[in-house]
Amino acid sequence: MTEIENALRELSTDAPDHIYANVMAGTGLWDEYAVFSGPTEPVYVAWNPRGVTACVPVSVVGDDGTFEERHPRPARLAEAVPGSVATPLGRALETGRLGRLSVDIGALGEFQQKVLRKCAEIPPGEIRPYGWIASEIGNPGAVRAVGTALGRNPIPILIPCHRVVRTDGRIGNYAYGPQMKWDLLESEGLDPTAIEVQARRGIRYLGSDTTHIYCFPTCSHARRITDHHRVGFRTADDAEQSGYRACLVCRPAA
Amino acid sequence: METIITDLRIALARDVDTAFPELVRARQHSVYSGVLRIVRNPHDAADITQDTFIRAYRALSGYDPQRIRELKLEGWLWTIAVNLCRNRGRSRAPVPSEIPDRADPRTGTEDEALERAGRLVWEDRLAALPAPQRTAVVLRHVVGLSYDEIASATSRPVGTTKTDVHRGIARLRKMLEAEAA
Repeated sequence: MTEIENALRELSTDAPDHIYANVMAGTGLWDEYAVFSGPTEPVYVAWNPRGVTACVPVSVVGDDGTFEERHPRPARLAEAVPGSVATPLGRALETGRLGRLSVDIGALGEFQQKVLRKCAEIPPGEIRPYGWIASEIGNPGAVRAVGTALGRNPIPILIPCHRVVRTDGRIGNYAYGPQMKWDLLESEGLDPTAIEVQARRGIRYLGSDTTHIYCFPTCSHARRITDHHRVGFRTADDAEQSGYRACLVCRPAA
Repeated sequence: METIITDLRIALARDVDTAFPELVRARQHSVYSGVLRIVRNPHDAADITQDTFIRAYRALSGYDPQRIRELKLEGWLWTIAVNLCRNRGRSRAPVPSEIPDRADPRTGTEDEALERAGRLVWEDRLAALPAPQRTAVVLRHVVGLSYDEIASATSRPVGTTKTDVHRGIARLRKMLEAEAA
């Protein structure tokens, strides 16, 4: 009896090391990460079962060790990228839209979440001023706070804070330096130099003298206006007083 | 061991995310050992062990603190594991145990080789038991669960569980006697 029981007790063994790490990744208590090709350079992307938690250009962090150190949660290099992440992530990086990709920003403050979700609505190849996000989320006075929230965007590029520019229309600053913001906008077909020139001339809105609708200059509807029907405005009030109404798509009235 | 589990339950009731890694560290070896002896294949055993904890985490995340404090953690964890073993058994023909457990006996010291050979013999004897007896014997004597815990893990009455363990042990003894004869 005891001989059998002892022999059976001897059959207990240690679990292989990878079990603990796999459980931590599988529950989402740890993030996993890998390098993917981004719009202008490779990017580190981290995720857990709730969604993507970080996106950082490789040139900013350098190597895996530094990425893990700076990542706010425990993370391990993924052995394989699950299709549920790889497919929507690949598409998001390629098209510049989140699409079906989930992002895990639930731990951030409510205000910052609102700002980031609104920012993610800006289509690739278009830009909006900080003030637009502030008024769209029902906080027209919080322009600076919007700037701060975007400056701490944990998932830049995928949540396109590079598409948010100064209220005077100039490109402005970026967490990884203004040059990267220019490069990203250029990769989406915009001409940052032309945008700056237009901003310096004080043109913040464009209207069509046939439809009498005014837009942000990069709105897809504004870009369809032919040269000799295009009218520039300095303020929304100027446009309204000239009998123009705000575009329903880019909602420039703010 | 009982104190560790009680403390864990309190910690889990307070905050699942903080306490859960401790639960995995404290229980991964016993869950893996038991599952390995039930399903035999190390690869399947690792998968089932991982799955057990991931499912446990999802469930715990949805429980209110009172429910977690009252949970019979050990039996509950094994309910998940036993179910997964059963499902695996259904979807797959039994596989003989293989590498790395049946590793080349020439590696390591002579003692290690002997030990390994001894374990293999016991694995084969266990494998010869009918599934309910094997599961009950493994949970009782490899993992060290109480009859109550085994009963709740296997969703069988306590009496039946005791019978399974005793019949399993008796059968193993007969095998030993037959081998000696």
